[in-house]
Amino acid sequence: MIDFYITMARTAVMEQFQYRTANYFYMIGMIAEPVIYLVVWSTVAAAQGGEVGGYTPGTFAAYYIVWTLVRNMNIVFTPYAWEWRIKDGTLSAELLRPIHPIHGDIAYFGGWKLVVIVLWLPLAALLSLLFRPTLSPTLLEIGVFAVAIWGAYLIRTAFLWALGMVSFWTTRVSALFELYFALELLLSGRLVPMSLLPPWAQRLADFLPFQWTFGFPIEALVGELPPAQLLGGLGMQLLWIAVGWALVQLVWRAGVRRYGAVGG
Amino acid sequence: MFRLMYHYFRVGALNELQYRVNFLVQLLQSAIALGVGLAGLGVVFSHTTDLGGWTRPELLAVMGVHTLMLGLINAVIEPNMQRLMNDVQQGTLDYALTKPADAQVLVSVRELRLWSLLDVILGAIVLGVALAQLGGQLGLWQTLGFAVALLLGGLMIYSLWLMVTTVAFWVVRVDNILNLFEGLYAAGRWPVGIYPGWLRGLLTFLVPVAFAVTVPAEALTGRLTAATLGLAAAIAGGLLLLARLVWRIGLRRYAGASA
Repeated sequence: MIDFYITMARTAVMEQFQYRTANYFYMIGMIAEPVIYLVVWSTVAAAQGGEVGGYTPGTFAAYYIVWTLVRNMNIVFTPYAWEWRIKDGTLSAELLRPIHPIHGDIAYFGGWKLVVIVLWLPLAALLSLLFRPTLSPTLLEIGVFAVAIWGAYLIRTAFLWALGMVSFWTTRVSALFELYFALELLLSGRLVPMSLLPPWAQRLADFLPFQWTFGFPIEALVGELPPAQLLGGLGMQLLWIAVGWALVQLVWRAGVRRYGAVGG
Repeated sequence: MFRLMYHYFRVGALNELQYRVNFLVQLLQSAIALGVGLAGLGVVFSHTTDLGGWTRPELLAVMGVHTLMLGLINAVIEPNMQRLMNDVQQGTLDYALTKPADAQVLVSVRELRLWSLLDVILGAIVLGVALAQLGGQLGLWQTLGFAVALLLGGLMIYSLWLMVTTVAFWVVRVDNILNLFEGLYAAGRWPVGIYPGWLRGLLTFLVPVAFAVTVPAEALTGRLTAATLGLAAAIAGGLLLLARLVWRIGLRRYAGASA
């Protein structure tokens, strides 16, 4: 199993490094979004006397620059591609293997992330020059961040797998996916740091996995969380990985039965 | 020319009318996008009463114009440019070039994604609500200024898309550049005045979001000066000519490749 992961990840690294220009364009295109949020919130902070919800323009800059890496860690096999995966029979081939197909996805996209992290470093340097972030992480914070971005990756892989598998039953899924992504955008810390959301939205987010894939890794590095909260956050990530994993198993069993029936 | 456009759009509309369920799907998606936009605006204004000199209803008006313009881009400009890019890639552009009409007009009107016009209606509704909240009287000149500014902004965006797509004659795939454009267009949901200088320049002259969204919104909120409108007209005219030129040069390149 470990061999499988290493080989798959190595393939991904070699493949994606060949397409480094395309990868770069994609990453640059992604930067517009956090820059917009950063400018809006810096303007608000400036209008409120330099601080809003505990964030200054400097910490906002740190938040949204780290955001760009976390956003890249959040890229997994997209639910939109499930329709194609089912229709063109790619899945049939993967079903013949003695290993659950999700491992292939985790390993491949995981390897890709290594390339992305390397490509991200110069972008982060450039953004830091432009926006002057305030960032002074402790060793523990850096360590928790390094683990938490991979926890985020696993949680999102599991939940988007479960969501994508809805395609086993119907192909009219785009509205459902977009509703999911809209909720995620609002309640994950992607649009705004969690502490700026109204209290009822924060309570709602406590029952959802979203903030553990986005807000938590960023705040682990940028915020001033005490050690207990940092480690507790990693615990919450483990919990949501378990929930996501169980969900994937459940939907997968039912879905594959359904898939077999269609294939005759 | 206008008769040709009318007939193409009519056929496109009839074609889309066959797929009624797509209307519902688009309605849901537009509603979700609108909901997210409103929520974002709500969060911002739960912490402040003014953003770079714009009040909440004024920013609602900006959002309305943004949605409206996005609907126009998605309905008319984007599908035609996608098809042009595919035609260049597959060599099927010949079918358009051999027709006895101006090729640039033809490639710009062949597709119409009717249901995307829903965003135009939604944007207009948001705009209406914003104007009602603002309460002031809307004079004839303001309305006229808004219409002209909107038209000029649309022409600028069309010219820019045509130029970027024309680059496909040389490098074939320009998807990534178009992605970049879509990212930058999202910046137009907020008035460009709040962005730092270098970014404002980018959003004004490279990707004319400033002229497409902020300037029409300025017309409605009584901020538009004659000088700005004149500048918009000059830039729109210049970009149209430039796009025409780039298109002609690109076209020559295409003919050279297939011969």
